[in-house]
Amino acid sequence: MKTNDLILQTITKIAIFIILAFSLHLFFAGHYTPGGGFIGGLMTAAALVLLLLAFDAKTVKKIFPFDFIKVAALGLLIAVLTGMGAFLFDVPFLTHTFGYFDIPILGHTGLATAVLFDIGVYLVVIGVTMTIIQTIGEDE
Amino acid sequence: MNNFVILPILIPLVTGIVLIFFKNNIPLQKWISVIASVATIVVSAILVQSVFTGGIQTLQIGNWNPPYGIVLVADMLAALLVLTASIVSLATLLFAFRTIGEPRERFYFYPVVQFLMVGVFGAFMTGDLFNLFVFFEVMLMSSYVLIVLGGTKVQLRESIKYILVNIISSALFVAAVALLYGVAGTLNMADLSQKISESGQTGLLTVIAVMFLIVFGLKGAIFPLFFWLPGSYQAPPTAITALFGALLTKVGVYSITRVFTLIFHHDTAFTHTIISVLAALTIVVGVIGAVAYWDVKKIIIYNIMTAVGVILIGVATMSTTSLAGSIFYVVHDMIVKGALFFLVGAMAILSGTFDLKKMGGLIKNHPVLGWLFFIAVVTIAGIPPLSGFVGKLLIVQGSLENGDYILAGVVLLSSLLVLYSVMKIFMNGFWGETKLSIQEEKGTTKGLILPTALLLSLSIALGLGAEWFLPYFNEAAETLMNPSIYIDAVLKE
Repeated sequence: MKTNDLILQTITKIAIFIILAFSLHLFFAGHYTPGGGFIGGLMTAAALVLLLLAFDAKTVKKIFPFDFIKVAALGLLIAVLTGMGAFLFDVPFLTHTFGYFDIPILGHTGLATAVLFDIGVYLVVIGVTMTIIQTIGEDE
Repeated sequence: MNNFVILPILIPLVTGIVLIFFKNNIPLQKWISVIASVATIVVSAILVQSVFTGGIQTLQIGNWNPPYGIVLVADMLAALLVLTASIVSLATLLFAFRTIGEPRERFYFYPVVQFLMVGVFGAFMTGDLFNLFVFFEVMLMSSYVLIVLGGTKVQLRESIKYILVNIISSALFVAAVALLYGVAGTLNMADLSQKISESGQTGLLTVIAVMFLIVFGLKGAIFPLFFWLPGSYQAPPTAITALFGALLTKVGVYSITRVFTLIFHHDTAFTHTIISVLAALTIVVGVIGAVAYWDVKKIIIYNIMTAVGVILIGVATMSTTSLAGSIFYVVHDMIVKGALFFLVGAMAILSGTFDLKKMGGLIKNHPVLGWLFFIAVVTIAGIPPLSGFVGKLLIVQGSLENGDYILAGVVLLSSLLVLYSVMKIFMNGFWGETKLSIQEEKGTTKGLILPTALLLSLSIALGLGAEWFLPYFNEAAETLMNPSIYIDAVLKE
């Protein structure tokens, strides 16, 4: 029997943008309010899992043609390099700094190097979660 | 501020990450791994020398002063163990090039080995109890992957046991850390040591100390917490067993040494008596296992337990002599256990079996392998010119000075039985009638002699040049005996 999942697919197409936007919000809110790289990454991965549920693994692979193990490795590399950036300024490993900049649209904004580390965490969480789910899903 | 301290952790970490990107280019993976291992050896050798000349090196990560931030501490003990572990890991990599096989290499064998080294080096150098837990997990996760990699039936069965035991002990570790934090309000080791000295070691702290002994005893396989070790180490390929046997249990032993010399050293009558009794029983069980089996790998695995017991007797005795002996013995044992696993691995490759009764006369076609094995036998038993002797001598001397005649007797008697157990391999495996002609052999020893000879020559140098190396070990023991040196180095302004 051919199932008809038109409703699920249509709602997914709309909901996925809301989920991704929320995950980005969680990611950037992490410094002052609850949130951060881990929960942001998990939420992004959840959006991708919703895609996997509504469509199939092949379609998702076409939309996001990444090797997710390499995404995780890239995240790790970013996090480590952020820590090693401290070597250039002759301060201990993982020393972070921040500053205030006037950015055109956002205005007066505080930027911290801790965000770079968090991007690493974000990518690792997405990479690991998607690797686990895809590996189990493709297993016959 | 000294970023040099973190390099032994950082080099394998970056290497491991980079290797993931070259999943299918195995020759490149081999080259990068070897270069990174050599770099780690060089860096840790420099670290040892700078600790020797300049005292304890510390690094306050993120520029937060202890006890608020995480601090990495390279004292002599940590630096020596990092150097030894990096040498053993290079030899293991060389051995693995020939033996591990392409299917495993394709599935991230080399990156995982690098991550295992991150965990081991981190555990040796951290100055924070919770950070120690994290590095333990880094090490254990990598070891889970290595033990199951390949997916044969016996590996799957044993990895379930191994993971189960380690998850339970990790949970216990967290509980013990939580209790200690509840009592002392800090997790920095130097700060903990100071706070506990001020308050005196109360009953509750002794309970927590025993909890830590159970946790680290599970990792380091002491009696009666060794039950997972023989099966788990039997399952994976020999190169991986060598890495586990030389490094993983020693991290547990190191943690016991660190915790019971730095933090819980005020109620030695209770805690250190327990350690010495358990250590003696560990030796007894280890030699019984080593004498009983006819499986070459199992014999060496039970010898790991004997060594753990001998080291802990030195730690429990708590004198500078015996601690120096223990540290010497840890270094010696990491090297020689690696070499012994390589040798029995080579024997098994030649004869196609681990069963000693099916081997024989290997020395006729492989004299170099045979005499290397003989050197390893003599070293592990502790015959004078070689490295096993100095450590055991100092441990026995230390326990005799303390009047622990039974402990000294157990150590001496264990040497005899260890000698018997490995000599049994030598006499049955290498002497006697040649069972397989060179054409019938299942593999070659090509490329396997080099890593073994590397480790054994190091062991010989350690034994012959003991006079030259002993100042390093004595300094390590001095630092362990006087926690104030460590505390001052970490908590200085």
